[in-house]
Amino acid sequence: MSIKIRYFASLKDAVGRSEDILEYSPGLNAQQLWQVSNPNTQLPDNILVAINMDYVPLSTLVEDGDEVAFFPPVTGG
Amino acid sequence: MGIKICNGAFDPWAELRLHEQELQEYAGKVGATNIFIGTMRDFNAGDDVQGMTLEYYPGMTEKHLGLIMQGAHAQWQLLDTLIVHRVGDILPKDPIVLVAVWSSHRGDAFDACRYIMENLKAKAPFWKKELLRNQQTRWVSSNSNGYA
Repeated sequence: MSIKIRYFASLKDAVGRSEDILEYSPGLNAQQLWQVSNPNTQLPDNILVAINMDYVPLSTLVEDGDEVAFFPPVTGG
Repeated sequence: MGIKICNGAFDPWAELRLHEQELQEYAGKVGATNIFIGTMRDFNAGDDVQGMTLEYYPGMTEKHLGLIMQGAHAQWQLLDTLIVHRVGDILPKDPIVLVAVWSSHRGDAFDACRYIMENLKAKAPFWKKELLRNQQTRWVSSNSNGYA
């Protein structure tokens, strides 16, 4: 299976795309997944991460079939 | 509980009337209705703002709005709650968000409405991109603390 990575808002502009599909690689956490998919772009300090639409810490392990989203602080309302 | 994401202009008063038609089971029990309506300003951070685009994360946004409402229902004695939020292209004076809370007593309605709105601002995945009068665009970097 694979991992779906999604980018939103200013982060989508920064990486130049809205999503990636990566082959699953066991043992990667969310931060490491970012580095694999964006080797030339440092993850901004204040970025938020969600796995399968739940907020998680960057240290959370990614599982096969997960949807991982990276986005800046929210600004709705 | 009602959650509605609108990709187009909405009338908060019409949304309230529509939702209240579904509250007949609570007829006679509602003693307090508290509403918050957020509208778009034509200024921000010292600049004139001409328009705005609101992005969201379909699925996650609705999920977390639901969790916020459930948190309010767990904390206060509420009869019903409603959130309507705009996405897409927005103009100054347009409503952005409606939060409404129905309860038997005013304390629950006041406090729960504030709780829902502040948590929405802090946790619900929406992002604003402003179009300035000079035609430059910029992402809003963060929401202010409503209690500060």
